[in-house]
Amino acid sequence: MARTVWDSTVGKKAVMAVSGVIMLMYLVVHVIGNLKIFFGAGEFNHYAHWLRTVGEPFMHYEWTLWLVRIVLVVAVAAHATSAYQLSRRDIKARPDKYVHRKPRASYATRTMRWGGVILGLFIVWHILDLTTGTVHSGGFQEGHPYQNVVDTFSTWYGNVVYIVAMLALGLHVRHGFWSAAQTLGVGSRTRDRALKTVADVLALLLTAGFVAVPVGVMTGVVS
Amino acid sequence: MKLTLRVWRQKNADAEGAMSTYEVDAISPDMSFLEMLDVLNEQLILAGEEPVAFDHDCREGICGACSLVINGDAHGPERTTTCQLHMRSFRDGDTIDIEPWRASAFPVIKDLVVDRSAFDRIIQAGGYITAPTGSAPEAHATAVPKADADLAFEHAECIGCGACVAACPNGAAMLFTSAKVNHLNVLPQGAPERETRVLDMVAQMDAEGFGGCTLTGECATACPKGIPLVSITGMNKEWLRATRKAGKR
Amino acid sequence: MTDYVNYTTGEPAVDGKAPAGPVHERWDKRRFEAKLVNPANRRKHTVIVVGTGLAGGSAGATLAEQGYHVVQFCYQDSPRRAHSIAAQGGINAAKNYRNDGDSVHRLFYDTVKGGDFRARESNVHRLAQISVEIIDQCVAQGVPFAREYGGLLDTRSFGGVQVSRTFYARGQTGQQLLLGAYQALSRQIAAGNVEMHPRTEMLDLIVVDGRARGIVARDLITGRIDTYFADAVVLASGGYGNVFYLSTNAMNSNATAVWRAHRRGAHFANPCFTQIHPTCIPRTGDHQSKLTLMSESLRNDGRIWVPKAQGDTRPPNQIPEDERDYYLERIYPSFGNLVPRDIASRAAKNVCDEGRGVGPGGQGVYLDFADAIRRMGRKAVEARYGNLFDMYQRITDEDPYEVPMRIYPAVHYTMGGLWVDYDLQTTVPGLFAIGEANFSDHGANRLGASALMQGLADGYFVLPATINDYLARNPHQSPVTAEHPAVQEALAETEDRLHLLLAVDGDRTPDSFHRELGELMWEFCGMSRTDSGLRKALERIPQIREEFWRRIKVPGTGEEFNQSLEKANRIVDYLELAELMCLDALHRAESCGGHFREESQTPDGEAARKDDEFAYAAAWEFTGTGKAPVLHKEDLVFEYVHPTQRSYA
Repeated sequence: MARTVWDSTVGKKAVMAVSGVIMLMYLVVHVIGNLKIFFGAGEFNHYAHWLRTVGEPFMHYEWTLWLVRIVLVVAVAAHATSAYQLSRRDIKARPDKYVHRKPRASYATRTMRWGGVILGLFIVWHILDLTTGTVHSGGFQEGHPYQNVVDTFSTWYGNVVYIVAMLALGLHVRHGFWSAAQTLGVGSRTRDRALKTVADVLALLLTAGFVAVPVGVMTGVVS
Repeated sequence: MKLTLRVWRQKNADAEGAMSTYEVDAISPDMSFLEMLDVLNEQLILAGEEPVAFDHDCREGICGACSLVINGDAHGPERTTTCQLHMRSFRDGDTIDIEPWRASAFPVIKDLVVDRSAFDRIIQAGGYITAPTGSAPEAHATAVPKADADLAFEHAECIGCGACVAACPNGAAMLFTSAKVNHLNVLPQGAPERETRVLDMVAQMDAEGFGGCTLTGECATACPKGIPLVSITGMNKEWLRATRKAGKR
Repeated sequence: MTDYVNYTTGEPAVDGKAPAGPVHERWDKRRFEAKLVNPANRRKHTVIVVGTGLAGGSAGATLAEQGYHVVQFCYQDSPRRAHSIAAQGGINAAKNYRNDGDSVHRLFYDTVKGGDFRARESNVHRLAQISVEIIDQCVAQGVPFAREYGGLLDTRSFGGVQVSRTFYARGQTGQQLLLGAYQALSRQIAAGNVEMHPRTEMLDLIVVDGRARGIVARDLITGRIDTYFADAVVLASGGYGNVFYLSTNAMNSNATAVWRAHRRGAHFANPCFTQIHPTCIPRTGDHQSKLTLMSESLRNDGRIWVPKAQGDTRPPNQIPEDERDYYLERIYPSFGNLVPRDIASRAAKNVCDEGRGVGPGGQGVYLDFADAIRRMGRKAVEARYGNLFDMYQRITDEDPYEVPMRIYPAVHYTMGGLWVDYDLQTTVPGLFAIGEANFSDHGANRLGASALMQGLADGYFVLPATINDYLARNPHQSPVTAEHPAVQEALAETEDRLHLLLAVDGDRTPDSFHRELGELMWEFCGMSRTDSGLRKALERIPQIREEFWRRIKVPGTGEEFNQSLEKANRIVDYLELAELMCLDALHRAESCGGHFREESQTPDGEAARKDDEFAYAAAWEFTGTGKAPVLHKEDLVFEYVHPTQRSYA
């Protein structure tokens, strides 16, 4: 079965859809957590610490977090690999372009590929910046995420990279969510409107929620 | 009407092609697009040049033979087949670009004629109900709810022209394949082969070198018979269901 | 005048296969008497099938299911595109689901009468019997016929009958039935039982020792001409309506397969029986390349009329009710707008000839839905005819919900074709003709929704049962090789013909000749025919033919995809077939069905049939291009449906 799924364009799209939905669910949790920053360093840092202790005493310190991280890494890898392979295939299937070209499908649809690449690069930067601290501006302090976030958004490039990525995320989610529903066969004529609305709302809330943090830092609400 | 035509000319499958420019005059708005090309071809023959090759047959929008990309649109600006497009959709003095369907699974044979036999092979892979002649039960033995019959019909309307592939930025044949899968899978008569049908047809579609679906919706917009995009969703559902079932076996 | 008209009469044509006895037992009897081929031996037999329409597609699939090795051809790029796909209205079957008095016998009766008593009773009865099995077969294949809310099949009434026996799939019945046959054929192609050659056109028949043993065909992509051998050849190549240039046929539908078979010895029957369909969209100008049919089903709810006054140019909605002539309802009160096609067409011609036609050139009559819209509401009309209305609007740029449609008759179907016996075998042993390519079931006029029925009856049920007999009786035919003189001759003739077409390098295009011939045929061998007109046409056709071979211009070469060459080669055959059509029309000095001779009419202008002189099928034998053919008459005996003057009044 796994072979059938992976070898088929329809199956590979389903892999993209499922991994996309997993990442999407993670993002919803992530954005809610992020908004805690507006309630001060204490609450935010406490929340960050709690993330490591989820599931105790059954789970050891950070086990749950690592579990989530593993699932996410697998999802990202599956999503990216399928996307890469499918794109290669798609380009090969249409080698000759029309002489008479017309702008086509919606912006969100056309930017799925490049949007995906941007998001991929962003995730790398984001982890090196705020998880490992490798490329962090200012002194990265393990266990002090509030300060780390404020540091990042105190640089102009930190804001630019982040905000551009979040706009790309909005577009990606907008087409991606609806698209995943179609790929997984849950779309229908009667449900189409609802699905598109949910996609739009999700995209908007995620983008707004994530962008609120750098804006908060820039405007001094968070400092 | 006087028109400038820029037409893709290609001697054969192996030759390089290019756009050639022609002028046609005295075109009536009541002419169909293909009748306008007839005028051009009569002109070319008398001038000792080779006429433009293009596929066409019934000229009433049902056989699916005609297949031109006109100004970047499969079947041109109206939602119909090329043969049912009339010159009243254009204006005097227009320049019109005419190209063949483009997809690696649809290689050009000559000028505007492409090879669409990949579609036949997708049907051969499972686009049928096994009902050898003589084996049929009485037609009224199985009632089919009207809603299902109508749904089946809506998908069965596909004429296999390939506009969906031509319009798709990925050269995908999802809409064509899904139309047949949905037509047959919704009917009680199609139930016994429901799983193998969708699995085999999708596998053949992939083997033919069509691209994958990115749900841009271009196919459904270009489809002269209005096969809806949700047809693809239906096929995805059938495929996942069949894969699950096959996995259990 | 050429001596072509001085035909001679030969031996009578005899159908030696139809068993005697009660008509409803004949088909069973024939099937029982027919020899069978052992299933293990079937795969050793190769059968060539030319054409993939309803008849060819269903025959290819069924023969392959039975175990024969089928080699099949179509000129289209896919077997799914055969012109059966364009049939709109429906398919008749004597199911009597409506409980409205229908029966096999009534369908048989209606078809014999509708054909104006020029069809064989045995064949027609078999057709009516098989009609019920066809619906079962198609439903099993997944053909999405229209259904009622209870989930059962819907039916409607159709021109020329008073029961509701026509099954349909919106306005696309032909498409759905053809796709059913195509899918069955596809299954056999995938299984390796059918070797399919698309984009390959049959250009000649190979006859070895008096038997059909193969064909010469050209690959339309590469131009390569090849020979294919078999134990039997089945022609399912459709009708010859394109002789008229303008018709409802597909642009590439052609008569080459049947005409080449005729030249090789197959008799051609009733070539003058052509059907002019009453409800087509009128032509708009000289550029017209084909005519589009509007389904006859429209006559169920639309009312046909013209202004009472000549030259009335007011827009239709400004012509008051009492100044309109609903002429079909007036002349034929009991059938009204539902009279058979030949009658409706001629009536339209008559009112136009009186100067009461409407639209450009006065070549049109109104088909008005205003009453239907008032009665049923626009929604109901839309549900029933929506796609036809859309099609009409696309072509004419007029909205039929607001303005009455304009319609005019056009060449649609040819009842004539290769003469076949009850087994559907032609006069060349081993050569069978099915569907529109044969002459067998419709007599002088085909009823609506009967073509689909006949095509599928022949392909699914009749031929697969009768071809066994031929193959069983000729089990060990010696293999034919490419070196056989008959093969070499057929191949060389084909190659020479194509070379000649390319070599003339004249100054006229193929289309210009086709159009000229078509106009001539429409004028003199169209809706109404006269002795003097037909003689004029017979004089003119050889002249056109002569000019054709002097002035034709075909660019390119034969070794490539060359659509001009394909066209020109088909015209070669039209130029000969047209002559035979005119001769047949000239010799049949009666009016019957689609063949109306002005000299033979009743005082009130209705067609007058002459049963004492012409109750026969005319099977013509070829003797050479432009040479007088030999007529073989097959006397028609009516034991069950006694010929009467048809009355639809």
